[in-house]
Amino acid sequence: MTSTPLAPVSSGPAVAADGAGVRTARPSGRRRRDRRLLVVRVVVAVVIALVVLFPLYWMVVVAFSTRADLLGGALRFWPSALTTENFRRVFDSFPVVTWFGNSAAIALVVALISVTVNVLGGYAFARLRFRGSNAVFLVCLATLMIPVQVIMVPLFTLVTDLDLYGTYWAVILPTAASAFGLFLARQFILGIPTELIEAARIDGASHLRVLRSIVLPLSKPLLAVLFFMSLLQTWNDFSWPLIALKQNELFTLPIGLLYLQGQFGSDYGGTMAFALVNVAPMVVLFLVFQRYFVQGFARSGIR
Amino acid sequence: MPAPETAPPRPRRRRRSRGEAAVAWALLTPNLGLLALFVIVPLVWAVVVSLQRTDGFGGGTFTGVDNYQRLVQDPVFWRSAANTVLFTVIVTPLSMALGLGAAVLMNSVLPARGLFRSILILPMAISGVATALMGVLLFDENSGLIDKLVRAVGLPGVPWQSGGTAAFASIVLITLWWRVGFNMLIYLAGLQSVDAEIYEAGRLDGAGGWQRFRHLTVPLVGPSSFFLLILNVIYSFQVFDLVFVMTGGGPGNATSVIVTYAYDQGFVTRDQGYAAAIGVVLLAVMLAFTVVRWQTSRSRDLVD
Repeated sequence: MTSTPLAPVSSGPAVAADGAGVRTARPSGRRRRDRRLLVVRVVVAVVIALVVLFPLYWMVVVAFSTRADLLGGALRFWPSALTTENFRRVFDSFPVVTWFGNSAAIALVVALISVTVNVLGGYAFARLRFRGSNAVFLVCLATLMIPVQVIMVPLFTLVTDLDLYGTYWAVILPTAASAFGLFLARQFILGIPTELIEAARIDGASHLRVLRSIVLPLSKPLLAVLFFMSLLQTWNDFSWPLIALKQNELFTLPIGLLYLQGQFGSDYGGTMAFALVNVAPMVVLFLVFQRYFVQGFARSGIR
Repeated sequence: MPAPETAPPRPRRRRRSRGEAAVAWALLTPNLGLLALFVIVPLVWAVVVSLQRTDGFGGGTFTGVDNYQRLVQDPVFWRSAANTVLFTVIVTPLSMALGLGAAVLMNSVLPARGLFRSILILPMAISGVATALMGVLLFDENSGLIDKLVRAVGLPGVPWQSGGTAAFASIVLITLWWRVGFNMLIYLAGLQSVDAEIYEAGRLDGAGGWQRFRHLTVPLVGPSSFFLLILNVIYSFQVFDLVFVMTGGGPGNATSVIVTYAYDQGFVTRDQGYAAAIGVVLLAVMLAFTVVRWQTSRSRDLVD
């Protein structure tokens, strides 16, 4: 892996921050230097990639390692034998399937609510005129700055008073109450040509109809970005579910993971096996739908 | 937070319609309703609770600014505040610098650039708890791989759990692993909107690689830096998952941060009023930082 392929220069468009992509006839010393630079860049990139990948690799190794390997003091970078005993132990001792289902259900419902309310709101802010529009929009954005820890005490009292404590809704509703998609939705809908909307309006279409038959069909990338971002964040969310989920059977995977670690202590095989159950679905989604996540992160600046 | 742009230019010929406003408010109701109920109301409530002395959840008695006075004299609060500031001061510049470096690399001519980029942003998909547990696994001072490596080269073991400084360092390292990819992504978006001709001009003027980086790249990604500075500071002030899972604030209070302390006060000690006061102070500091940063950047823009 540390071998450094020299020959093929990037196949992609030659965007070069240092201008190395713009190549004209040059003295050969120059070219030799460019080539050395390329080698340096590849080596640095490989080292960075290894640093990023190693903890994930190690998590997989430990999850599939035998107890003997884990307890042995020897320094080893790969298991001497592969086993699924850690997974079996975890699945036997904890309601992992239930927790997985809880995580999936909560994340899906939050994502659906969040996409719906933010697209509706985004359309209103982008295309409708009403008094106080800008002020209300700013207030909505300002709520993004409020960390849940600032409001967790009264929020907990509130969900208890609303009889939500002990149900999924104690997590779902406060999590869905986020303006994170509003800015993206408004910007995206602003980019839809006004003429299309105006023409439909002149033809007598109501705003709801415009939203349904013009804005929504043109907003598929927006819907995908909002959906995946919300799904990822909710799936991985920790602070609020830690407070709002009352009993064991309602736990999501991150909360279950913490609980399991408390019980298993330094049984790293079991802990990592379960961590893998938490991590793997989002890694797969993230890699498959990467462009949506990238757009979402880059444009909304979440995290 | 992204800078809100001004409202779209409105076609003048359209008459102001009452109906339009009604539709707008109807469409906004779900969003505003959720935000009002689950963010605004609790926020106001938090300020009220912070002025009360409470016993468990439920009613309290007003005690004015007692909680805030207690805060000022509480050594654990100051320790947590100092740790939070230290964390912020270390993590923010490091994750921005590493992110910018990685972004420049990913924006240059490089084989398999797409693959490298995917790898670098992969930590963004990993939950905070799983990230923290990977940290626990790697940094375990008895059986962790890092310790085995350190001992293998003949160095003494590092007290990642029992030593305050080492524990703090382990949190910083894991945080960087988790967040540099995000910083890179924002910088990469900024770099890709820069015209390559500017660099060619710089090169023709005889600027070397470092000079081009210092005098072209750094100023050109200024808007990204501004954005990231605010986001990183806000993130660092609110850091919770990683600390909570990796060290729980220990050993002693060596890694206690404001939010873990507030959580302990609110949900372990159950001193709700005091926890709310800590939260209010945290929010006030964050708001002050954002406003000051925003103002200074505005006035600088005006001067330019």
